[in-house]
Amino acid sequence: MGLLDKEFSDGNIVIVKVDDLFNWARLSSIWQLGFGLACCAIEMMATSASHYDFDRFGVIPRNTPRQADAIIISGTVTLKMATRIKRLYEQIPDPKYIISMGSCSNCGGPYWEHGYHVLKGVDRVIPVDVYVPGCPPRPEALLEGLLKLQEKIRNESLRKKSA
Amino acid sequence: MKNAEEIFDLLKKEFSDSIFSLDKDTPTEPIISVDPLLVHKISGFVRDNEELKFDSLMCLSGVDDANGSKVKDADGLESIQGGTLSVYYHLYSVSLKHKITIRTATPREEPKVESVENVWKCADWHEREAYDMYGIIFLNHPDLKRILMPYDWEAGYPLRKDYKNPEFYQGMKVPY
Repeated sequence: MGLLDKEFSDGNIVIVKVDDLFNWARLSSIWQLGFGLACCAIEMMATSASHYDFDRFGVIPRNTPRQADAIIISGTVTLKMATRIKRLYEQIPDPKYIISMGSCSNCGGPYWEHGYHVLKGVDRVIPVDVYVPGCPPRPEALLEGLLKLQEKIRNESLRKKSA
Repeated sequence: MKNAEEIFDLLKKEFSDSIFSLDKDTPTEPIISVDPLLVHKISGFVRDNEELKFDSLMCLSGVDDANGSKVKDADGLESIQGGTLSVYYHLYSVSLKHKITIRTATPREEPKVESVENVWKCADWHEREAYDMYGIIFLNHPDLKRILMPYDWEAGYPLRKDYKNPEFYQGMKVPY
């Protein structure tokens, strides 16, 4: 992406591929839906706070799915909540991205056998882009997950969503 | 402040045959067993009686005693028939500083217990939870519906010992 910064200093014209421009814009301002489910949400909030500062990657929590680009599933997805998550996901306009944070939303976590009320992985209802392991993952791990998602968006093309 | 025997004698005097037994050999508070269809009256009495003043219901819990006979059906799935489900009321008197546990057992096939919602207001959600998890019907409860599980959960009551989780809920696969 060094292309853009260099071009700015020389003149008023920037020449860039439309794919690169769109990807750059998208990956630099991933607005996430303000949405937390369990203890992972505490780590997600810590990531948003000043010490880890999610905002330096352009991640800002939005209060409605209609203004969001991404949703971080941060915690245990119960069957009751799964129906709501599906609805929230459908309300997010395209292009939309999903980070599954923590063991619970990855695969059911500690509830995998006796959790009669837990969905064993949020990918059973919505398509996940990045899985962040941990129980709960530290903010560093979530940041790593976000960088992975940015990497994924950087290699997209208008013709095909996922690289 | 009253000890368990004194409380038991007081209840026995008032309700005679509806008070069944006193179990003192417990790791927690002593347990008095009572008739499930007289719980409301007994609760009102222990709350208002000058010598008891049980003004606080600390906890209300359901228990599956699993004391029926285990029956296997054609598919080899085990279920429990007969026996009882219980409700425990953990009471505390803030002014007199004494505690007691009241227990009531009700038949598993038709588990009906009187609601104490209008004696201790906090019993409202506790009873809904006991209904949600064990299927215990609380008579005269103002709004007896599931509190944690989805309203359209049809697989039964999850904390019963013979509960079996469904394969699917609203098209989502439930087992791992």
